[in-house]
Amino acid sequence: MIFLKLIVTNLRRHRIRSLISVAGIAFSVAAMLTVVTILQGAIGMFSGILSSDSQIIVFERNVSDLFFSSVPANAIDEIAAMPMVSHADPVLFGIVSSADHPIITCFGVTDSDARIRKATWTQGDRGDFAKHSDDVVLGERAAEFLGAKLGDLVPIGHGTFHVIGILKTANGFEDGGVFMPLGAAQSFFHKEGTSSVITVKLRDRADAGAFKAQVKARFPSLVALEDSEFTRSYSQFKILKATAWAVGGCGLVLGGLGVANTMIMSVFTRIREIAILRVNGFSHLQIATMIFGESAVVAMLGAAFGLAAGTCLLIVLKQIPALHGYVDVSVHPEVMLIVIVLALGTGVAGALYPAAYAMRIRAVEALRFE
Amino acid sequence: MRISASQYSTGGRVVLRAEDVWKSYDDGAIAVLKGVNFEAIEGQTVALCGPSGCGKSTLLHLFGGLDSADRGRVAVNGAEINRQTNLPRLLRHEVGFVFQLHNLIPDLTLEENCLIPTFAAGIDRKTARARLLELTERTHLTHRLGHRIQKLSGGERQRTALCRALMNKPKILLADEPTGSLDEQTSGTVFNLLLDLAATEGVTLLMATHDRSLALRCDQLLEMHDGTIHEPIFSR
Repeated sequence: MIFLKLIVTNLRRHRIRSLISVAGIAFSVAAMLTVVTILQGAIGMFSGILSSDSQIIVFERNVSDLFFSSVPANAIDEIAAMPMVSHADPVLFGIVSSADHPIITCFGVTDSDARIRKATWTQGDRGDFAKHSDDVVLGERAAEFLGAKLGDLVPIGHGTFHVIGILKTANGFEDGGVFMPLGAAQSFFHKEGTSSVITVKLRDRADAGAFKAQVKARFPSLVALEDSEFTRSYSQFKILKATAWAVGGCGLVLGGLGVANTMIMSVFTRIREIAILRVNGFSHLQIATMIFGESAVVAMLGAAFGLAAGTCLLIVLKQIPALHGYVDVSVHPEVMLIVIVLALGTGVAGALYPAAYAMRIRAVEALRFE
Repeated sequence: MRISASQYSTGGRVVLRAEDVWKSYDDGAIAVLKGVNFEAIEGQTVALCGPSGCGKSTLLHLFGGLDSADRGRVAVNGAEINRQTNLPRLLRHEVGFVFQLHNLIPDLTLEENCLIPTFAAGIDRKTARARLLELTERTHLTHRLGHRIQKLSGGERQRTALCRALMNKPKILLADEPTGSLDEQTSGTVFNLLLDLAATEGVTLLMATHDRSLALRCDQLLEMHDGTIHEPIFSR
C-alpha cells in the first residue's frame, strides 16, 4: 500500500509531466493499433478475394506481387480437370485509373466465378455477364465513386465500358473494383491466355497435400498454397505487416523516450527522497522496483487510453464512405496483447537508466542535497 | 567479520565500536576523522559535542553504513561494517536515524511516513500499525496520523521522525543534531521524548549535538575536536 502510494504520489506531484508521458504512450499505442488493424483488415480483405469459395491458390512461383503472376491457360485446364478438384477459377488482376481515381482494381473472371455467383446483384442480371467483351460489372462503391449506374458507359483506363451490373459485397477491395470477363481482361491488360492466379476448391480438403505435390510436379514454375499458408508467406503481406509494426514501433520508441525523460526528471528532483528511503531500509531492488512501477503505471495508463482512442478512431474511420469495407473495427486480441506488452516494455525500457541512477544514489551525499 | 577486541566492556556489551577510524573527502584534501576510537555500551546514551565540521555527523554516518571509512574498523553489534555488510538489513533492524532536518516525505501523511521502514522490512500491516499507535501515543501524535507532513509543526515533524526511526525496534539510535532546528522549548520536549523512548525501548543512543545542556543529560558526553574524540567530559 505504501509502495503504491509512493508511486502514485510521485506521479501526482508532477501531474503535467506525467500526463504528457501518458499522452505520448497513448498516441503511440493508438497509432500502432490503427495502422496495424487497418493493414490487417486490408490483408484480410485481399485474402478474402483469393479464398472466395476456394481453399488453394495457384500462382507463379517466386513472384513478389500477384499482379505480376502469370499462370498459363493449359495449367488452368489441367488443374480444373484433376479428379480431386471441385472447381478451379482463373482470376486476372489488373490496376487501372480513371479521371479522379488513380487506382481501380480490375478482376478478370469467368461467369462461374464465386465472386460473380455469390455476390448480391443490386442492379443488373448475372446471366448477362460475359456476353460482350466491353461489358463490366462494378462493385457498389466503385459505381458510387465513378458516378455510374446500370447501362452507363464508363471510361476506365484507356477504354470505355458498358455497365451491365452492380454488385454488393462485404469485401472492400471487391466493392471498389471492376469485374470484367476474363477474355476481355486478358486483352485489355495484354495478357492473352494467362491469369494471375487460379483459385481452387477441392472435393476433399484432405487432398490438399497431394494436390500441391501434383502441381509442383506438373508445373514447376507454379506454386500451390493453402489460404492460410499464402497469408503467412506472401511477401507483400509480410512487408505490410512489418511496415505497420515498424511505424507503430517508432511511435512507441518516441513514447519510451518521453517516459525516460519523465522518469529521469522524476529521479533527479527527488534524490533526497530516495536517500530517505535508503536510510529507512529500502534496498536497491525496492528503489528500482518503485521507479519501474512508476513507469509501468504511465505505460499502462498510456496503453489503456491509446487502445480506447485507437478503437474510437477505427470506428470513426469505418464511417467514412471511401474506407467502407477497408476498416475492420474488431481489434484482434493478439494485436491488443502485443500492443500492451510493447507499451509496458517501452515503459520499462524508459525507466532503465533512471532506475540505475536511483540505485547509485549515495544516501549520505543525497541527504545534503537541497 | 567480527571485531576481535573485547566484546564486553565493564558496564555491558559494546554495541558501537570504532577503532582507529580515518575518513577524508576530496581525495584526502579534507581530513574529517583522524584515528577515532570509540565505544558505546548497550543501552547507553552518548552525546558527541564539538564544533561544526569536527566529524560528528561523519562518525554517525559510518555507524549507519551510509559512508565507509578510509582506514580503521567500524562495528555495530560486533559486526564490522564493510562492503559485505547487508546495509538494508542494518538500517531496517539494527539502526535508526534521526536527522536535524526531519527528512520526512512531505506528500505523505504522518502514518505513511512512519510505515516506510516497516514496508521496507516486510513487516505485516497489522503489526506495523500497532507499533505506530504505540509510538504516536507516547509522542502525542495520534491525532495527527492522517495529516500530511506540511501540516505539522517543527516539533511534530521531529517527533514523527523519531517514531519512524523506532518503528522497527532498532537497538541503536543515531541522532544527528535532532533538536538543531527547533526552538528551545520544543527542543527540550523532543529531547525528553528521545531520552524517554531510548530508556524504555532499551535503545543505545548516539547523538551529535551542539546543545551542551541537552548533552549533559546523557550517560556520557564526548568532545570531538579536529577529527578525534577526546577523553569523556563526564561519564556516568
